[in-house]
Amino acid sequence: MPRTHFKHYLQSMQEELLVLGSMVEKALARSMEALVNRDIALAEQVIADDKLIDKKRYDIEETCIELIATQQPLARDLRLIVAVLSIVVDMERIGDYAEGNAKIAIMIGDEPPLKPLVDLPRMSKKAGEMLRAALDAFIRRDADAARQVVIEDDEIDNLYDQVFRELLTYMAADPATINRATRLIWTAHNLERAGDRITNICERTIFVIVGRAEKYRGLK
Amino acid sequence: MDTCPQTENAQGQNPNGNHILITKNLNAYYGSFLAVRDVNMAIAPNSITAIIGPSGCGKSTLIRCFNRMHEVAHGARVTGQLLLDGEDIYGTGIDPVSVRTRIGMVFQKPNPFPTMSVIDNVVAGLKLSRIWSRRRKMEEIAERCLRQAALWDEVKDKLKQSGTSLSGGQQQRLCIARALAVKPEVILMDEPCSALDPIATLKIEDLMHTLAKDFTIVIVTHNMQQAGRVSDATAFMMMGDDRAGQLVEYGATKQIFTNPKDKRTEDYISGLFG
Ligand SMILES: Nc1ncnc2c1ncn2[C@@H]1O[C@H](COP(=O)(O)OP(=O)(O)OP(=O)(O)O)[C@@H](O)[C@H]1O
Ligand SMILES: [Mg+2]
Repeated sequence: MPRTHFKHYLQSMQEELLVLGSMVEKALARSMEALVNRDIALAEQVIADDKLIDKKRYDIEETCIELIATQQPLARDLRLIVAVLSIVVDMERIGDYAEGNAKIAIMIGDEPPLKPLVDLPRMSKKAGEMLRAALDAFIRRDADAARQVVIEDDEIDNLYDQVFRELLTYMAADPATINRATRLIWTAHNLERAGDRITNICERTIFVIVGRAEKYRGLK
Repeated sequence: MDTCPQTENAQGQNPNGNHILITKNLNAYYGSFLAVRDVNMAIAPNSITAIIGPSGCGKSTLIRCFNRMHEVAHGARVTGQLLLDGEDIYGTGIDPVSVRTRIGMVFQKPNPFPTMSVIDNVVAGLKLSRIWSRRRKMEEIAERCLRQAALWDEVKDKLKQSGTSLSGGQQQRLCIARALAVKPEVILMDEPCSALDPIATLKIEDLMHTLAKDFTIVIVTHNMQQAGRVSDATAFMMMGDDRAGQLVEYGATKQIFTNPKDKRTEDYISGLFG
């Protein structure tokens, strides 16, 4: 194969992307675990680890810039590198949402629970699964799988609406719950945003494969 | 990408560092004309260093100093030091011919010896440097070098044909095989791809990456993109006001190509002149 050296770097860039993906997935899962179990130490760990996620993002960006500057990528290779540049931003942001939820877990501290958390862990679990599926579709260059993940984002959106309505009911019924309910609404909102970011990743995947952007947000 | 050599020490201040080739205040003259001024470089082993710069800035002159080919031109001389494994190749009592077996050269135009077969071309350097021995041994060496030069599969059935019967890209790889036969430590290449089409060029570039595992490579190239693709370190040369070529910037290729420190490098890299 010609340009083995360049292809090798493209390959390892994508491996780094997967590493970043697993870091973000872990942050999502652990921030929810911290919320559910009231585990402040774990929440603090998620916040500390976010620095590593940021660093990984910048490392990958640097590699992309270097490849553009030195290797003259064209056609699909160029689309791939441009896509990675945008995907790392989305992933870093998902990491920030996880960090945000970890901060909320610390804010909540040992306040008495408003209600047992059911839908929020479901949203978080769904987001983690979607993230993994989105990256898998990207690595396999599977446009259909990417489109499927976009469709699944509806599930997160529906859960968000449900959580939101439920928490509104609490607040309307008892103003003393407003603070606690608001925090949970933030949490749900963070997860809903994470789902949108995953949708972006899928759009980028489709861009790499078919060569043009297919926009999904707004169609919904 | 962590394959860049330690080129921070571009001033050659650390002769004991991990550098195979170090130039110290190297000047090259043609008669009284100073063609290359005060070059200080420190080249890491198993790295690929690209020398780029506008035409006439002294790139060829500089690398010809690296294996004592410069002094072959009439009236040409060199001042300063060039350390190969810590030893000054311009020191007294050093035989230029032995330097050239340790530092080989591949030229712009593929130049196989026209009257020789493919196999004789590969081992020609051994004959010239009088290390020639048995025929069988020669065939073994030729096969090893042709394999190293990624040419074996294409020529194994025409070893007895004339070297000039090969395509341009094949001829250039034959010349690389010829350079490898004497087991040099460093291979100098002066625009090795300028006579080749893009596919043959990419083949040579791939080959360079493979060869860098066993050798140190210095390549002069007019093609900035090629420098970006193949090299770990890049040296940018330019002519000064007195028309002497000088090293403007020398560093890791990714730094030179993404964030050059000197405005002149920036202008050259981004195509504003040259
Ligand atoms: N044999 C020679 N005698 C006198 N001057 C020479 C000789 N060879 C080169 N020069 C001069 O030395 C300077 C550097 O030439 P050199 O060939 O090293 O440049 P270069 O950077 O390799 O250029 P190019 O990119 O065109 O190959 C030029 O001014 C050139 O005219
Ligand atoms: Mg030249």
